Amino acid sequence: MVNLEYFSFIIDYLPIFFEGAIVTINVAVCSLVFAVSLGILGALAKLSKSRILNYIAQIYTTVIRGIPDLVLMLLIYFGGQKLVNLMTTAMDIGYVDINPFIAGFLTIGFIFGAYMAETFRGAFLAVDKGQLEAGFAYGMSKAQVFFKIMFPQMARHALPGLGNNWLVLVKSTALVSIIGLDDMVRKANIAGGSTQKPFAFYFLVAIVFLVLTSISIFILGKLERKYSIGVRKV
Amino acid sequence: MDWSIIIDNLASYRSGFFITLQLVSISLFIGLLMAIPLAVIRTSKNHFVTAPVRAFVYFFRGTPLLVQLYLIYHGLPIALKFILNFYGFDESQNLNEALKDTIALKYMWEFFKEAYFCALVAFTLNTCAYTTEIIRGAIEGTPFGEIEAAVSCGMSKLKMMRRIILPSAFRRALPSYGNEVIFMLHGSAIASIITIEDLTGVARIINSKYASPYEAFIAAGILYLCLTFILVGGFKLLEKKWFAHLRRD
Amino acid sequence: MKKLILLAMVLLMVVGLVACGDSKPKAEKWATVRIGTEGAYPPFNYTTKDGKLAGFDVDIAEALCKEMGAKMVLVAQDWDGIIPALNAKKYDAIIASMSITPERQKKIAFSGKYYQTPARFIVKKGAMASFSDEAMEGKTVGVQRATIHDKYLTDNYKSVKIKRYGTLDEVYLDLVAGRLDMLLADSVVTDDAFLKKHAKGKDFQFIGPLLTDVKWFGVGAGIGIRKEDKDLVEKFNKAILAIRANGTYKKIQDKYFDFDVYGK
Repeated sequence: MVNLEYFSFIIDYLPIFFEGAIVTINVAVCSLVFAVSLGILGALAKLSKSRILNYIAQIYTTVIRGIPDLVLMLLIYFGGQKLVNLMTTAMDIGYVDINPFIAGFLTIGFIFGAYMAETFRGAFLAVDKGQLEAGFAYGMSKAQVFFKIMFPQMARHALPGLGNNWLVLVKSTALVSIIGLDDMVRKANIAGGSTQKPFAFYFLVAIVFLVLTSISIFILGKLERKYSIGVRKV
Repeated sequence: MDWSIIIDNLASYRSGFFITLQLVSISLFIGLLMAIPLAVIRTSKNHFVTAPVRAFVYFFRGTPLLVQLYLIYHGLPIALKFILNFYGFDESQNLNEALKDTIALKYMWEFFKEAYFCALVAFTLNTCAYTTEIIRGAIEGTPFGEIEAAVSCGMSKLKMMRRIILPSAFRRALPSYGNEVIFMLHGSAIASIITIEDLTGVARIINSKYASPYEAFIAAGILYLCLTFILVGGFKLLEKKWFAHLRRD
Repeated sequence: MKKLILLAMVLLMVVGLVACGDSKPKAEKWATVRIGTEGAYPPFNYTTKDGKLAGFDVDIAEALCKEMGAKMVLVAQDWDGIIPALNAKKYDAIIASMSITPERQKKIAFSGKYYQTPARFIVKKGAMASFSDEAMEGKTVGVQRATIHDKYLTDNYKSVKIKRYGTLDEVYLDLVAGRLDMLLADSVVTDDAFLKKHAKGKDFQFIGPLLTDVKWFGVGAGIGIRKEDKDLVEKFNKAILAIRANGTYKKIQDKYFDFDVYGK
């Protein structure tokens, strides 16, 4: 016998829970945009002829990928405000509040930028060199070659890696709950604490994540098919 | 920065370090052992056979490890209570008392009571799901010539799996499995959420005690970094050994 | 290309920093006072179902700010980071049932106390015949991380297993589930939120003496303020005296408790 009364405590919390779900999605999407930009820059820096840029990019990707996301997040969350504060005091501009949402997505973006850099580096290398040379031979500028030839071809090679990173990133957003951002997991935390029935709420969270990843996998499959048009299958 | 905080608490960091190592290595080991048969089942053509494995992999790869940990930590007592209902469990009792008469369940609860054990279960199931997928991919990538050769030698299916397909699949799975090991090491940091004082947990305690985030988390970060480097180096060595026949001189 | 990348990197960093926060101009001093509280410590401070902060601490904060003629802004902050965030100027004062202890006074300044209640162990009814150090041996005890209770246990009970949690709600969960044998926390808080209001609270009871040792438990809960803001400490001290005198304090107290929480 299912007693519906029993579930009424979940319904009470559903509105704030879905608010949290929206935050989760927003954080994930913003992080992705930031991570992709950082990743492309990192990949270009790794492939550039400048030694200094090589070193910076190498240190960035090695260190970030060698330390757990949670430790980095705690470091940036607790240490970041201290740093910002030192700067504002030095510049005498009063208090600057770190918005937890922005701090959250910058942190995740910063971490996944390192993984993206590796993905994009591989993708850049996969573009046929002859094509770039052909572009230059036509008198295109460096920027033109990058945007017109390199980028569109690179996108196809980067897509599978990008998709995998996205799936990992979505799940990593759960960690921002620990650094105080009001995402879905934190809402479940709070609701579970005050009702003393945490299992039901975490179960709900798990289902929403399953839906999110399933939709992502579906869309990624479509995108991959679209970008592989014209590519011969072996 | 005041690094004397770290020097003073070196013992805590050391114990945290070993708890992390223990958690990760035990769960990786059991996870791998479980993943091999699951991967073999997963490659079967019978949908009814593969369905449970697919569901398991789908759930554990589709949700965050953090949520899985919460579900297991808070869900195991509920599951035990559910089982106990058949034994005429009295709602007002807590598990410790209710379990007095049911020896088997009592021992189960002795384990589940420990946050450490819950983390072990969560990590093992999680890495098992990912490893199953990795090995499945490697099995499906077996060159057809190898299988043909095995068949023409008159090998039975089981023998072929044992002697030809699995060894060659392990070799192909090695690079991805190396990544999985590092992901698991990093993922284990969330054990600190359920009161386990692993490396991250120790850093969090030091941070809240001294309000010195840089020292506390950078020290932990450096230790994780060292572990990661050792693992990456180890896998490179293994790859060199296993792929010796592929090396181009 | 090289320059382009460098330029883009610098730009990205600047954008990141600027986006990080909206700088607020320094207004007239203390026209607005931002109060940090935890929101997971009923009845002193808690979060309501629609996400608002409420409780004794919040009401006191409101009364004090009104007394000082300041606008109050509430900021929720997890207990773990509540002192660092004050020093980082996320808010100007902590009103979150924080006990005044010598350890904390190294990092921040305190107003005088605004209430004082003792700490006490809680145990399952019938699980411990009488309280003694021997009976405590080998027990698993839950506390909230980085509290006076955590420090007291860590310093005085070497033979118990201490489990440290982020919030008290999590401690209750594991106590009820049977993962913990005992908990140590403020007696007023656990009496109200756990023994009286929790569904399983009636199965548990207080045990042992009321713990008030100044060395660990301090002289009561005070308002935490940055050390450099001495003027704000003064303002709060005056305001506490004022609301004690004009009956506002008693009105708030009676809303939550049927006894005197201010202590001696």
